[in-house]
Amino acid sequence: MVTGDMQDIDGVQAALDGQGYVCGRALGTVAFLALKLGRPLFLEGEAGTGKTEIAKALALALGRRLIRLQCYEGLDTASAVYEWNFAAQMIAIRAAEGSGADRAALTRELFTQDFLIERPLLQALRPQPGGAPVLLIDEIDRTDEPFEAFLLEALSDFQVTIPELGPIKAPEPPIVILTSNRTREVHDALKRRCLYHWVDYPDFDREMQILHSRVPEAAETLSREVVAFVQRLRTEDLFKKPGVAETIDWAKCLLALDVLTLSPDVIADTLGAILKYQDDIARLQGMEAKRLLDEARQSLEPA
Amino acid sequence: MMPEYPDLPLPEDGKLAHNITYFARALRRAGLPIGPGRVMTAIEAVAAAGFTKKADFYWVLHACFVNRPEERQVFAQTFRLFWRDPRFMEHMMSLMLPSIRGTQEEQAAADAAKRAAGALLDGAEPPRPENPQGQDEDDTPIEIDASQTASSEERLRVMDFEQMSTEETQAAKRMLTRLALPVQPLPTRRLIAANAGRRPDWRRTLRASLRSGGEIATIARRRPATRWPALVVLCDISGSMAQYSRMVLHFVHAVANRQGQGQNRGWAAVHAFTFGTRLTNITRHLRRRDADAALAAAGQQAQDWQGGTRIGDCLADFNRDWSRRVMGQGAVVLLISDGLDRGAPDRLAFQMQRLQLSARRVIWINPLLRWDGFLPRAGGIRAMLPHVDSFRAGHSVASLAALAQALSDPGDVGEKARLMAAEALGGAAPGVARGQAI
Repeated sequence: MVTGDMQDIDGVQAALDGQGYVCGRALGTVAFLALKLGRPLFLEGEAGTGKTEIAKALALALGRRLIRLQCYEGLDTASAVYEWNFAAQMIAIRAAEGSGADRAALTRELFTQDFLIERPLLQALRPQPGGAPVLLIDEIDRTDEPFEAFLLEALSDFQVTIPELGPIKAPEPPIVILTSNRTREVHDALKRRCLYHWVDYPDFDREMQILHSRVPEAAETLSREVVAFVQRLRTEDLFKKPGVAETIDWAKCLLALDVLTLSPDVIADTLGAILKYQDDIARLQGMEAKRLLDEARQSLEPA
Repeated sequence: MMPEYPDLPLPEDGKLAHNITYFARALRRAGLPIGPGRVMTAIEAVAAAGFTKKADFYWVLHACFVNRPEERQVFAQTFRLFWRDPRFMEHMMSLMLPSIRGTQEEQAAADAAKRAAGALLDGAEPPRPENPQGQDEDDTPIEIDASQTASSEERLRVMDFEQMSTEETQAAKRMLTRLALPVQPLPTRRLIAANAGRRPDWRRTLRASLRSGGEIATIARRRPATRWPALVVLCDISGSMAQYSRMVLHFVHAVANRQGQGQNRGWAAVHAFTFGTRLTNITRHLRRRDADAALAAAGQQAQDWQGGTRIGDCLADFNRDWSRRVMGQGAVVLLISDGLDRGAPDRLAFQMQRLQLSARRVIWINPLLRWDGFLPRAGGIRAMLPHVDSFRAGHSVASLAALAQALSDPGDVGEKARLMAAEALGGAAPGVARGQAI
């Protein structure tokens, strides 16, 4: 089922790299196993560490369709799996009454494929051009336990049951990626069916690679300063540490402002791009930003 | 003993599958929940990824066996012990040797390392010290005069925990286990079928209409389903609180272990933390059936029983590390503390505010409130009071029973209004009368 050059871990890494997604060996290994064994991949980690991005990159690299199911509280089968098009059904009933058609035949026709509205999960079980799609179930921690329990069945057999139509099984199982920000613990029974990986913040070198790949127009010196500063910032006692997404945003902000090198003033003006909590921003006002910048510069020097 | 595996396309080295099985057993003993299904996945995964690089082998097994971030360290240690360095094993053996160190030092040894070592040294349990702390304390025989039960229960209900004898404490604990902590269910966005619901259920309506050949007789309806909120208990275990926190934790244990479904069970989850000089999560220990064993285990982990208090710092730790994980679903916070803090009031007020903003409700239980004429003079109490929803006493069985009121009435503020008013008047206004003594 794995196509092209994704025959080993190096191949997966290279293919993701080709889509501008720089991933470490650990993440590459898990992604490779997920493809090879046909198991769902469960990614957990802080916000902004590239969990959702890997699904997009995988879909592009494989040339498959990406189907995304964004989770939220109260997500139910009607919005996740399927829904009957009741308006069309009503019209069909009225039309049948007008023409005096056979009622028994009508009842058989009302619950058929024609009146079915397919939602992401059901779409993912259908054959797609280019092969089985990549199904991204995003932020699973936002749903409730009943939906998790439902997923358990759907993900172990890649099959859902519609009472009126019977079970629908995927001819080729989709590539499933689940992400969680860990605002609550997802049940072990669901995790057990998946390959698990905790997506951590990258180290300096990897983050440089990511920045190169995502913001290639940024100058080398600025990129190094930005990454060093963010890396330094993550060691501080902050309520929300900046993720990789923030690093990229910040570099883009600085580029838009034509900044060539970091200074405490520039940092103070653009802090909103990396820190999203008022108390974290307040902490970094004034001398604190200068101190961190100096320390970040020092860490750069021997290199 | 060995589970049988189906034929796998493994290279001739058949030992590897066995070794992975043994490794999984070691991890299981180290506390990772690994069933035979996962072992088979792991063997399959190793076969798929090949067995060339050590680092890859590590991540392949990691993907199959690890399920939570906390498990990563145990896995790393066990992996290192199992697959690499036999000398490390000896080092870990020495960790398991009996010693006469205090609990402080015991804990200092890396937890993950100890669990990993313990898992590999199966059966080789370290000799127990002669008189383990806190084990015999509660084993004293309980003698209660049955003829006076009713009246003595009545007396016990209002008795201050601190003035109880050992027997009375035991009796009070039993009363606490019978106490309910009722909770109001929350509406969710999910809809369920209900005859008196307000939203139409077209799907059921059409299904029903098929029976009458497409004639819609009645419209089926739905209403929002309900769910139960989580309870987060933050319990001060500093010296000034010792007796109360033990009793309250008994109560929390009873609430956490209540059996049944729905209204009988109530809370969706009970998370418990203790704090003194540092914050400790004792949720796992509360799952033990026996209350005394659970609290003893919790006490082992929390090293700061009867030490000082740094409420501000501990709340900061909670807000940063835990609040996003345990309070995501509209949790109610029960804060048990006397509010006597040595830290800066500003910081405390700030952290309390953040706690209140992320919780559905914050209920503060303060045993000091039992004193007639209690006024919020201490800096810590003044800093915390504006940021709680309800302020209540918690020094006796009766006062804990009264908590039910605070939980069922969303507008309940307990003694907060009175104390805020008293403080606004300078804290010494003669006209402010003490409310009823609970």
